[in-house]
Amino acid sequence: MDYMTSTHAALFRTLADPTRRAIFERLCRDGEQTVAALTLRAKISQPAVSKHLGVLKQAGLVRDRHEGRQTHYSARPGALSPLIDWTSQMTGFWQGRFDQLEDLLRRMDQ
Amino acid sequence: MSTETRTVIVEREIPFPAEKIWRALTQPHLIAEWLMQNDFQPAMGHRFTLKGDWGSVDCQVLEIEAGKTLAYRWDAMGLESVVTWTLTPTASGTHLRMEQAGFKPDQTQAFQGAKFGWQKFFAQLEQVVAREG
Repeated sequence: MDYMTSTHAALFRTLADPTRRAIFERLCRDGEQTVAALTLRAKISQPAVSKHLGVLKQAGLVRDRHEGRQTHYSARPGALSPLIDWTSQMTGFWQGRFDQLEDLLRRMDQ
Repeated sequence: MSTETRTVIVEREIPFPAEKIWRALTQPHLIAEWLMQNDFQPAMGHRFTLKGDWGSVDCQVLEIEAGKTLAYRWDAMGLESVVTWTLTPTASGTHLRMEQAGFKPDQTQAFQGAKFGWQKFFAQLEQVVAREG
């Protein structure tokens, strides 16, 4: 798991589901929405929508904001940067390699 | 977007002399311990491969100055880049700097897009990400 970091894999897994993807795209396009508003257009039950939102939240793709009894969700498209920007992936990769290099140097004689 | 250059820089103060770090950067059995399996040789123009469990990286030595600078081409998964190592002695050891400069891997993205049927999806998302900064 070098380039395809676990973050990377988690994002793919999360967005592989078409319903989840549709919810995320809607939030990207239309901005913040309540679960009720999302449910109206999703053609699935509110608990099912909430469950998908939970998975999206865990992957860092959406954030929630509580206001009274309502929970508002909005997209965090920045969470997709690792998929789009190789520099994010490589920075993590090299930092890990620097750690391993230092470990090796400590083990080496002289 | 296909000609946009990007750079990754990672640098660190390391409490060991440059000579020792140089060995870790240029001896194949040592490179294998911290980076990847390889057939590296410290010679200008030498082509070598780094092998990871996810695939391999095609490399070629572009610059070598013992104890100071090492640069190699780093091509993998559609990413064409150059990795440059610079070692600068300090009072307590060495300042080690790694710079990777390259182009955006459009091929990889196209491949992923085709693979998952997400080409359009990614294009849209990329616009969104660009907009959101």
